[in-house]
Amino acid sequence: MDARQHFSALLEHLQAQVVGEEGFTLAYGAEVSSFIRFNQGQVRQVGDVQQVYVTLSLYQGQRHAESKLALSGVLDEDLPRLQQIVQRLRGVLPTLSDDPYLRVNREAWCSELAGEAVRLDSAAMAQQIVAAAAGLDLVGFLAVGPQYQGFASSWGAFGWYAASSFNFEFSLFHGNGQAVKSGYAGEQWDAQAFARKLERARQQLEFLGRPAKVLQPGAYRAYLAPAALEELVSLCCWGFGAQALASGGSPLQRLFNGKAELSPLVTMDERIEGGLAPAFTSEGPRQPLRLIGQGRPGERLVSSRSAAEYGLIANGSGSGEYPMSLQMHGGELDEQHVLQQLGTGLYIGNLWYGNFSDLPAARLTGMTRFATFWVEDGQIQAPVSTMRFDDSLFDFLGPQLEALTREPELLLPSGTYGARQTGSMALPGALLSRFTLTL
Amino acid sequence: MFALSDTLLRRFAALKSTADFWSLRHVRESRESYWVRRRVAQAPFFVDDAGAMLTVRIAGVEAYAATSDLSQAGLQAALERAEQMARTLAGRNLLDLASLSYPTEQNDDVMPGYEQPLASAAHWFELLMAEAALIPQDARLVDSHVGLTFTCHEQIYLNSAGACLRRAQRYVFPQVGVTASDDGDSQGRSFGGTHLARQGGAEVLQQLGVIGSAARIADEALQLLLAPNTPNGSRDLLLMPDQMILQIHESIGHPLELDRILGDERNFAGTSFIRREDFGHYPYGSSLLNVTFDPGVPGELASYSHDDDGSPAQREYLIRDGILQRPLGGALSQWRSGLPGVANSRACSWNRPPIDRMANLNLEPGDKTQAELIGGIERGILMSNNRSWSIDDARNKFQFGCEWGQLIENGELKGVVKNPNYRGISSRFWRNLRAVGDVSTFEVMGTPYCGKGEPNQVIRVGHASPACVFADIDVFGGAA
Repeated sequence: MDARQHFSALLEHLQAQVVGEEGFTLAYGAEVSSFIRFNQGQVRQVGDVQQVYVTLSLYQGQRHAESKLALSGVLDEDLPRLQQIVQRLRGVLPTLSDDPYLRVNREAWCSELAGEAVRLDSAAMAQQIVAAAAGLDLVGFLAVGPQYQGFASSWGAFGWYAASSFNFEFSLFHGNGQAVKSGYAGEQWDAQAFARKLERARQQLEFLGRPAKVLQPGAYRAYLAPAALEELVSLCCWGFGAQALASGGSPLQRLFNGKAELSPLVTMDERIEGGLAPAFTSEGPRQPLRLIGQGRPGERLVSSRSAAEYGLIANGSGSGEYPMSLQMHGGELDEQHVLQQLGTGLYIGNLWYGNFSDLPAARLTGMTRFATFWVEDGQIQAPVSTMRFDDSLFDFLGPQLEALTREPELLLPSGTYGARQTGSMALPGALLSRFTLTL
Repeated sequence: MFALSDTLLRRFAALKSTADFWSLRHVRESRESYWVRRRVAQAPFFVDDAGAMLTVRIAGVEAYAATSDLSQAGLQAALERAEQMARTLAGRNLLDLASLSYPTEQNDDVMPGYEQPLASAAHWFELLMAEAALIPQDARLVDSHVGLTFTCHEQIYLNSAGACLRRAQRYVFPQVGVTASDDGDSQGRSFGGTHLARQGGAEVLQQLGVIGSAARIADEALQLLLAPNTPNGSRDLLLMPDQMILQIHESIGHPLELDRILGDERNFAGTSFIRREDFGHYPYGSSLLNVTFDPGVPGELASYSHDDDGSPAQREYLIRDGILQRPLGGALSQWRSGLPGVANSRACSWNRPPIDRMANLNLEPGDKTQAELIGGIERGILMSNNRSWSIDDARNKFQFGCEWGQLIENGELKGVVKNPNYRGISSRFWRNLRAVGDVSTFEVMGTPYCGKGEPNQVIRVGHASPACVFADIDVFGGAA
C-alpha cells in the first residue's frame, strides 16, 4: 500500500473511534532504505530496511498518554493493533492526574510536500562506487530510498512529507592513516557529479601524504570549513529552546540573559524555505525565526508546553525545541581566498566528538578529524596530527571571528539512529584569529 | 513470553530460498516510561516495536533485509530482497564468507523473574511524585526530573542449520536529576546520569538506592553552585565507579572493538590506537589492571547466553595484569582477523545488523577500601558521575568531565569543587593506575546509550568497576 494511503486509512479509522471529549494526534514515520557499507573500496555489508512507526497521543481533557507502535504496512493487520493501543491508552488516562501545561493545538491546518517519486537504484550506485574506488582505500556508507512523515489530529490538522533521496558519506585513507572525508547527497544520482566529488577528495589525499606536522597545545589562527563549524553549531543549537534556556540547560543562556555576546557577523535563522525538513512539527506549521541577529539574541524556540509553563508564546516548535533547518548567514570572504586570508594557521576540514567543558560558559571541546592542514603564507604545508580543542563559543564566534565565507553550504544529515534523519543546516566557513588547542 | 514463537517457527520452515544459508532474527520490544519534571507528571509513553531481519549467504556474499511485516508473505519478500542484493553485488564484496561457520544450538535464555508483572502506571507515578516531593522548594533549583523506564526485550533467532535461540530480558532504567542555577551559572547533579541501568524488575530500584535519593541530589546541586572551580594542574585522581564506567567504556571498550581495528568504522566511529599485532603482549596498563568480558554477572545489562549471531558467550580476560589479551570481536571478526575474541556480535534491534559491540565490560576489583584509596593520596581530587565525554577517533586523546569533585589533601577529603574535568591519553593513562578498590567499592552499572555503526545503532552495555586511583593526571575546571 502507498504510504500516504496507509497513513490516511489509519487516520480515518481513528477518527471513527473518538468518543466524547477525546482527541488524538497521530505522527507517522516510514522508510524503505537500502544501507550499504564500504571498506577498502569494496562492499562490506549490505541490506535493506522497511519500517513503519506511528505515535498516537490520546487526550481527554487535561490528561494525555502516548504510544509508539511498529506497523507492518498491511492495513488488515495494522488496524486491530492500532485499536489495541487506543484501548490501552483509554485504560490509562483515567488513572493520570491533570497536566497543567498541556495546550493542544486544536487548529485545523494542512501542509503537504511530496517530492517526485524517483526510483533510486542502490545496487547500481554501489557498483559505480566500487568501480570508481579502484586503487583507493575508500570507507563509506550509502543510504538510499524514500522517507515519509505524517502528522494529523482529530481537530483537522494534516501534514505530509515524502522525499526520495540518497546520501553517500565517504572517507579516503592514505597509507599513513590520514584521511579526507566527503559526501554526495541528493535526489537524483549523477555519475559525473559523484566522480567530481571523488576526484576533489582524491586531490586532497595527495596533501595528506606529506609528513604530518605535530602541533603543540596553544592558540592558533584557524579556518573552520562549514563541516567543522557544523559540529560546534550542532552542539549549541538545542540551546535555543525555551525550556533549556529557562532551566539552566542551555549553552546559550548567557547570550540570552545579556551576559555574553557573539560577533556582529553572526546571524542565524530557523528557515522553512530552502531547508530539507517537513514544514510542520507536532505543534503545527513551523515558523521562520531570527534566532541570532548580528550577534544578539533573537527568538527562542517555544513549544506549546513551554509557552504554558513559562508564560511565552508558542511559535510552532516541536517538543524538542530544536531548529530543523538552521541557516547561518554568510559574510564577505570569498571561498577561493580562504587560504590567502588565513595566511599562516590551521585549515580545519572537520571537527568531531564535541562536548562541553563548561556548559553555561559555552566552552566546548572536541577533536580535529579528517583533512586538517597546516598552512603557511596561504599555502598548504602538511597535514596535522589529531589535536584537541577547548574554547568558548563566545570567544571563537565572538571577538576572535574575523570573517565568514560568502555562501553558506547546505549540509545534509547522515544520521540513521532509529531512522534516517531529515532536516539540514546551512553554514559558511569561519576564519578565526584564535582557536585554542589543548592536547 | 515468546508469543510468536510457534508462528515464526512455522513461517520460517515454510520460507523458500536457494541461498546457501539463511537466518531470521525476530525482536519484540515493549517499553513503558514515566517521567515527572518539576513535580509535574508528564504523559506516560509506551512503545511496542516488533520486526524481523532475514539474512542470507549466497556464494560467500551476505545480505540482509529487515521488515516489520511478519506475515508469511512479508517474510518471504524480505528473504527475496536479501537474496537479490547478495546476487547483484557478488564480485564487489570485501569478504568471501563461504567458509564462515554458523550456529546450530537450541537454547532458551530467560532472565529470572521475567514473567512477573509490573505495577500500573498509577503506582509508578505515585512513587515518582513522592520522590520529586523530596526536592526542596528553592528558587535556585530551576529544573528537576525523576523518571523510570522498563523495557522488555524478546528475541528469537532461527537459521537454516536448525538453530533456535530465544532470549527474554527486562531492563530497568531509573533517573533522578536536579539543576541549580543562579547569576549566569548552572550546575547539574544526578543519580548516575544515564549510566545506572540493570536487568530485573522493581527490586532494582531498591538495589540501586534510587528511592529517597532526590533530597541529597538537590542539596549537592546547590553545593556545586556555591563551590569554587576545580583548580588546574597535575593531581592524583580518584575516580568513583560512576565515572570509571565511562573511562572503561571510551578508552578500553571502544579501542578493543575488532571491527574498528579491521577498519569498518573508519568513516564514522573511528579506528583504534591498538593494532592487531598488539594482542598478547601490549602493556595496556599497570599490573593492577584486569578487565573482563563477563556475560554472566546477574543483573548486568548485557548478561546473556548467546550473542545475536548465535555464538555462545563466556567470561574472558581482555586485559590481565595490565597485558592486552584479546579484542572485542564476534565470530565474523575472529574469522577475518585470526584473533581470539568474545561473543559480542550484537544489534540494537530488528532493523539493524549485528556488529562488534561492547557487552558487559568490567574492571575487576583490587584490594583497597575506599578509605585506603583516599588515605593514600597526598594531593588529589575525587571525581564522580560523568557529564561530558570526548575522545579522538583512535580512542586515544580524551577529555572527560564530571558532575562532582572533591579535593583530597594529605589523605583526607576536603571541599567540593565544580566543573571537574581531566584529560589524558589512553595509551598512557592506564599505566598510571596506582590503586584499585576492593569489592566494597565495586558497583554494577550500565548505559542504554552506546552509539556506533553505519547505519547508526544505540545499544545497551553493562559495566562494573571499583573506585580507582590514577597518578599525576592533568585536571582543570571551567571558565567561570
